[in-house]
Amino acid sequence: MKTTNEVSIKNEWDIVAARQAGREAAKRLEFGIVDQSRITTAISELARNIYLYALPGKIVIEEIHKNNRNGLRIVAKDKGPGIEDIRKALEDGYTTSGGLGAGVPGVKRLMDEFEIDSAIGVGTEVTAVKWLK
Amino acid sequence: MRIPILKMYDLLLVSIQVELDDISALELQEDLLNKIHETTAKGVVLELTSMEIIDSYIARILGEIVSMAELMGTKVVLTGIQPAVAITLIELGIHLKSANTALDLEKGIEILNDIY
Ligand SMILES: Nc1ncnc2c1ncn2[C@@H]1O[C@H](COP(=O)(O)OP(=O)(O)OP(=O)(O)O)[C@@H](O)[C@H]1O
Ligand SMILES: [Mg+2]
Repeated sequence: MKTTNEVSIKNEWDIVAARQAGREAAKRLEFGIVDQSRITTAISELARNIYLYALPGKIVIEEIHKNNRNGLRIVAKDKGPGIEDIRKALEDGYTTSGGLGAGVPGVKRLMDEFEIDSAIGVGTEVTAVKWLK
Repeated sequence: MRIPILKMYDLLLVSIQVELDDISALELQEDLLNKIHETTAKGVVLELTSMEIIDSYIARILGEIVSMAELMGTKVVLTGIQPAVAITLIELGIHLKSANTALDLEKGIEILNDIY
């Protein structure tokens, strides 16, 4: 059984592919229906951000096992322009594209652990983890 | 994939049964507004029971459909949003406050019939 799954993001349909891969992984780990929805939605937000702002990029979905705990780690990696002000991007409603500005702060709330690493001109890496309770 | 829009008396009915990608969502928005214009429907029910995920993009499109239809003089009711989807939307910070909602299709139709 594959415990790591990579989906490269090039177009709108890859966003659907990424969230379907996330849903499958979440089901396999026996996450409840609400956590499945949280995980799938978080992946959708991160994949769309890559598609909109930072092509090329990919979503890596990885099962993790640590201290008798199981979880799912989502890593969104891109070689886009980077995020200038990460603190702003974390604010509800901050958008440079006429969106709702809900994506980044939303993912942080939906998942248990959340980290952004970004460098101008180099790219962005967002890591988010959900633990099975 | 184009999502079918059914006409029932003076209402339009859309049941989203497929995984909605961004392009299909935009097409639905456009098709629905055209259909409202063609049929002068007094109300629209958007049945969302089968939707397993609504992210910020889809939520924005749904909200826009509600506002645009309203501007044309037609009410939209969103029905059947699943508990897991409702929880996720609120945690995302999306409240869809301007939208009429109902627990199921029948109640959605009742709301539209009560308004007019
Ligand atoms: N991977 C990325 N690379 C570069 N900039 C990014 C990236 N992800 C997000 N951003 C920037 O951060 C801002 C906030 O992102 P966020 O996802 O919160 O909102 P949004 O995409 O604008 O709207 P929404 O997600 O609600 O549709 C974006 O407008 C964009 O400027
Ligand atoms: Mg976004």
